[in-house]
Amino acid sequence: MTELTSLGVKDLRDGVRDGSFTAREVATAFNAAVADAAALNAFIVTTPDHALAAADTVDAARAAGEPLGKMAGVPIGMKDLFATHGVQTTAASHILEGFTPRYESTVSQKLWDAGAGMLGKLNLDQFAMGSSNETSYFGNVTSPWKKAGSNAAMSPGGSSGGSSAAVAARIASAATGTDTGGSIRQPAAFTGICGIKPTYGRCSRWGIVAFASSLDQAGPMARSVEDCAIMLGAMAGFDPKDSTSLDMPVPDWEAALSSDLRGKKVGIPREYRMEGTDQAILDCWEQGKAWLKDAGAEIVDVSLPHTKYALPAYYIVAPAEASSNLARYDGVRYGLRDLPEGVGLQDMYAATRAAGFGDEVKRRILIGTYVLSAGFYDAYYTQAQKVRALVARDFALAFEQCDVILAPTTPTASFPLGSMNEDPLTMYLNDVFAVPASLAGLPAMSVPATINADGLPLGLQLVGRPFDEQGVLNAGLAIQQRAGFMAKPEKWW
Amino acid sequence: MSVDKATVAKIASLARIRMDDAALEQMVPELNGILQWVEQLGEVDVTGIEPMAAVIPNTLRLRADVIDADPLTGGGRQSDVLANAPAAEHGFFGVPKVIE
Repeated sequence: MTELTSLGVKDLRDGVRDGSFTAREVATAFNAAVADAAALNAFIVTTPDHALAAADTVDAARAAGEPLGKMAGVPIGMKDLFATHGVQTTAASHILEGFTPRYESTVSQKLWDAGAGMLGKLNLDQFAMGSSNETSYFGNVTSPWKKAGSNAAMSPGGSSGGSSAAVAARIASAATGTDTGGSIRQPAAFTGICGIKPTYGRCSRWGIVAFASSLDQAGPMARSVEDCAIMLGAMAGFDPKDSTSLDMPVPDWEAALSSDLRGKKVGIPREYRMEGTDQAILDCWEQGKAWLKDAGAEIVDVSLPHTKYALPAYYIVAPAEASSNLARYDGVRYGLRDLPEGVGLQDMYAATRAAGFGDEVKRRILIGTYVLSAGFYDAYYTQAQKVRALVARDFALAFEQCDVILAPTTPTASFPLGSMNEDPLTMYLNDVFAVPASLAGLPAMSVPATINADGLPLGLQLVGRPFDEQGVLNAGLAIQQRAGFMAKPEKWW
Repeated sequence: MSVDKATVAKIASLARIRMDDAALEQMVPELNGILQWVEQLGEVDVTGIEPMAAVIPNTLRLRADVIDADPLTGGGRQSDVLANAPAAEHGFFGVPKVIE
C-alpha cells in the first residue's frame, strides 16, 4: 500500500471517500510522522486528538452515507496565527504564550466544517514578522532540505516556515499560511511546495492574529496546484465578522482547473530583472516562459515602473499598521504580564511589552510608531500610501496587456539559518518580488519549478488580476505539469 | 532623516516598550539603516495621487440592529472574556492602582 503520508489533499480526500482507507488510518499515520519529526521544530503544539476526532467524525459520516466535506479526512497543520478554540495560540510570541482562545477563527472553522483535522499549531516568525523563521520565541524551524554536500540547517522561509517545512517533509498533507508581504509564497518557494495568497478579502481575517490588516491574507500551502485549489475553496468565503471580507461567491476553483492557456497572455515585468538575483533564478524564469508558451500562452513584456519602491513602501505601511495592531498586548486582558514591584500601570505596560516581544517585533513597532508620529506622518506614511497607490496602478495598467504575470518568487534559494542576521535590511530584501502583489492586494502563487546546483528548490510566481485566482491556478498548473517537480528532501530527522 | 538615542527613547516610550541604554544604543543604527533606505520614496513623483486607503474597493456594511445578532461576538460572555486575563478579579480585569 502507498504510504499514506506521501499523499496530498486530493488523494487523501478521494481515498477516504471511495473507501481505499479510513480517515482514522490517515490521521494515525500523520500523527506518527509529526511525532517523529520533532527535530524540524515545525510545530509549537501538536494536537493528535483533534486529528483523530475529526477523522472519526468523517468515518462515521461515511458509514452513515452522509455527504462528505471538501476536505473530509485530510489532516492539516494550522499556522499558530489562527485562533483555535481550547488550543494555545501564540503567534510564536512570548507575550501570547499560554493564550487559549475561547473562540475559533473563521478560516480554521471552515476547514473543520469541511472535514479536515488538525495535527497541531505550526511554528512561524514571531507575529509573522520575518522571512526565515528565526524570530519565533519557540526556536527556529529547520527546513527538511539540505544543501548538497552540507549538513548546515537551512531556512524554511518565513513567516509561514513551520507550514512550509511540515508540508515539504510530508508530515502534513497541507497547511494554512498567511501572507502579508510574501509569507506564503517565499517559504513555499524555499521548500519546493505550492502556496497561494488569494485576493485581499477572499479569506476572512477574523480570528487571525493581526499584523498589518490592509495586507494580511490567509491561504493554503500544499504540494500541488490541485490541492491548493481544493483547500482554498474550503477556506474562502464571505464573513460578516470581517469588515474587509469580500461579499462575493466562491468559485469552484478545483472544477475549473485547466492548463490550456491558449488565448491567454502572460506578462513578463522587465523591472523584476534586478541586480543581485541568482543566475539560476533568471534561468528558471526563462524556463517558466517556455513552459507557459508551450501551454498555448502568448508571452508579452510589461512594465511595473514602481517595483523598486514597493519594498520600502511596505516597510513603512506594514510596521505602521503593526504598531497599531500590537498596541493591544498590554498585559491586562490576555497573555503575559510583567509587573515589577511597586510600579504603576504605564510601567507595567512597558515592562510587559519589553519582556514579551522579540527584537524584530520591537524594531517594527518602533519604526511604525516613528513614521506615524506627529511631524513625520506625511513625509513617511502618507508618501508610502501614495506610492502604494502607484504600485497598484502599475499592475492595473499591466493587466490591460496581459492576463497573468510570471516572475520569480524570490531572488535566491534558501540560505543557512543564521547567515542573514547581521543587518535586518538584507533579510527584508528577500521579499522584493513578493511584496508588490501584496501591496496591490492581488492573488499570487508560488509553484516549484526546479532545483538549483546546490540541490535546493526554486519557485516561480504567478500574479493575477483581482478575484482571478483561477487564472493564477491555471497558469500554475501549466507550469506544474511541465516542470514535473518530483524532488523531495531526504529524511534526516 | 535620522534618529539619535534620545529620539529612539522617545519612540520607545510612546510605544510603551521599556528599553535600557544598551538596547537603545543597539537600536539607533538599525533604525537609521531602515529609515535611510525608505528615504528613496521621496524620489517618487506623487503629484495628484491619492494615498491608498483600501486595496480592493469595498463598502462598509451595516449589520441588522439586533442585540446579539451574532452570539459569538455579542454580549453576555464575561467568563470567556476574562478567561485569559493575567489578573481577573470580581468580574473585572485587575490592574495596578491608576489614581494616586
